[in-house]
Amino acid sequence: MIEVDVEATLGDFALAAKFVVPSAGITALFGRSGAGKTSIVNALAGLLTPSRGRIVVRDEVLFDRERRVNVPPNRRRLGYIFQEGRLFPHYSVKGNLLYGAKRNDAAAFDRVVALLGLGDLLRRRPGDLSGGEKQRVAIGRAILAEPRLLLMDEPLAALDAARKEEILPFIAALRGALDIPVVYVSHAMDEVIRLADTLVLIDGGKVAATGTVEELTSRIDLRPLTGRFEAGAVIRTVLRGHDKAYGLSELAFPGGRLRVPHINLPLGTPLRLRIQARDVVLASAPPSGLSIRNAFAGRVVEISPDKGPLVDLRLDIGTLAEPVMLWARITQRALADLRLVVGSPVHAMVKTVALERPSPGAGRGISEAHEAV
Amino acid sequence: MLTLTPVETAALILSLRVGLAGTLFSLPVALAVAWLLARRRFIGHQLLNGLVHLPLVLPPVVVGFALLVLFGRHGPIGAWLYDTFGFTVAFNWKGAALASAVMGFPLMARAMRLSLETIDRRLEAAARTLGASRLRVFWTITLPLMSPGILTGAILGFARSVGEFGATITFVSNIPGETQTLPLALYAFTQVPGGDPPAFRLCIIAVIVAMTALLASEIVARRLDKRIRGAR
Repeated sequence: MIEVDVEATLGDFALAAKFVVPSAGITALFGRSGAGKTSIVNALAGLLTPSRGRIVVRDEVLFDRERRVNVPPNRRRLGYIFQEGRLFPHYSVKGNLLYGAKRNDAAAFDRVVALLGLGDLLRRRPGDLSGGEKQRVAIGRAILAEPRLLLMDEPLAALDAARKEEILPFIAALRGALDIPVVYVSHAMDEVIRLADTLVLIDGGKVAATGTVEELTSRIDLRPLTGRFEAGAVIRTVLRGHDKAYGLSELAFPGGRLRVPHINLPLGTPLRLRIQARDVVLASAPPSGLSIRNAFAGRVVEISPDKGPLVDLRLDIGTLAEPVMLWARITQRALADLRLVVGSPVHAMVKTVALERPSPGAGRGISEAHEAV
Repeated sequence: MLTLTPVETAALILSLRVGLAGTLFSLPVALAVAWLLARRRFIGHQLLNGLVHLPLVLPPVVVGFALLVLFGRHGPIGAWLYDTFGFTVAFNWKGAALASAVMGFPLMARAMRLSLETIDRRLEAAARTLGASRLRVFWTITLPLMSPGILTGAILGFARSVGEFGATITFVSNIPGETQTLPLALYAFTQVPGGDPPAFRLCIIAVIVAMTALLASEIVARRLDKRIRGAR
């Protein structure tokens, strides 16, 4: 477990964050710029001393104000990957990688170099590297210090879209290949959905909610934080079939199957999808004679109390045992015409083309992630 | 014309020895003071800052006189040094080195402090998260990154030491072969009839020494800078 309960005052800004998350997989700290995410990670790393509180990582108390415990940063064994890389300019790439290495383990070094594709860079200087290369070196440097937890503070924020795609698979691979838990700071929901298992929503220096990504993105009350205009639900699926003739793949979830353009991955691969609310169409009767193939029976669980012309509905299209939440955004007029209330049975249709590129779920490696592009 | 007279050789070698000794002696002290001024806030911060800069604004004669009072054979520090270690700086080349070190100290400490203040402290924080103790961070990150500043400070201090006149002549007098550095020898020549030509030769020697120091520092600084920035 990672337990954080800290208070700190930074100029006009008051931080008072408290959350407990599993120390496995990737935990995302998500919130707007200036919400206090970096301060929380700095407190974890020991670079910021809270005025009150307690930090425990995997049963070790790193900070406890009352008991006067404050483990110095160099003894916390937490790897930190910064937004700007922070490579040491006077060391070569190899020198940077080995700076924090505890023992001279050539096999571990070679493995990390291979995993991050750093072989050709070793003799170069940080000044000669591209932004993406720098971040890969920074990740390798942190891993080689053998941390028990990796902290990543918006490691992709300074990169353009192409470079992001270059780094994302490596971060996803950490979970599978190295089994190091990660705390990942981000203000980009697409990164969170692709990477994170657990989500901590930060707002104004406080924790607004903690839960799984699926759970929090499906909550209507959290929309202002999770992103109103790109609102959508996240669904866990498993790749169950390929339809070679039509170039489609089938993704199964409790309660149905989604057809998406062919995904070149082995059957049984867990995949996570995001379905945006505006790409879901509702019908009160089973649809027929439509070009939309993905139609699912469900019922209305919640209706947002919005005043404008549009309204968001939360639907359950799963089974009794395993509910699956979907969002739909329709007009107030349609809501009235269809006479939808909480509990109404509905048929939700998702345009095949409306699916975002699925992201590998837990335990997937790099190669698959590349092929998914 | 190209060969130096014994007086010139003695003055040149003495000047270099005094300059080097003064610089090496004040280097670690200046580094410590620069670090204190750049990184720590404490009561007396302003006072220390003023004290460090004092030799820059005081007449050198005042510094020389203060040294004479403190470090002379009967001064509080000088007497103690002699009684305890049998060591004296009065009227010998060590005293000249001390005087020039004190006069060069502000320039050295200032250059080091400025370079320390431009170091990205986030790099030091990154090193801490990689398991490095404060001491290791200082040796492996801070010191290498401020090396151009240390070099600049050392060269400035050395140049000031070699050229030091007022404090030296007040403190250790003008003894040929013992405390008569280049500027002091030059001054002695200007005080006697017909001394202009030898004084002129000393002028040229002083210019050559200063230019060599500046050029050497420029080349080394550029190399260091390249190493740090990683440009090829």
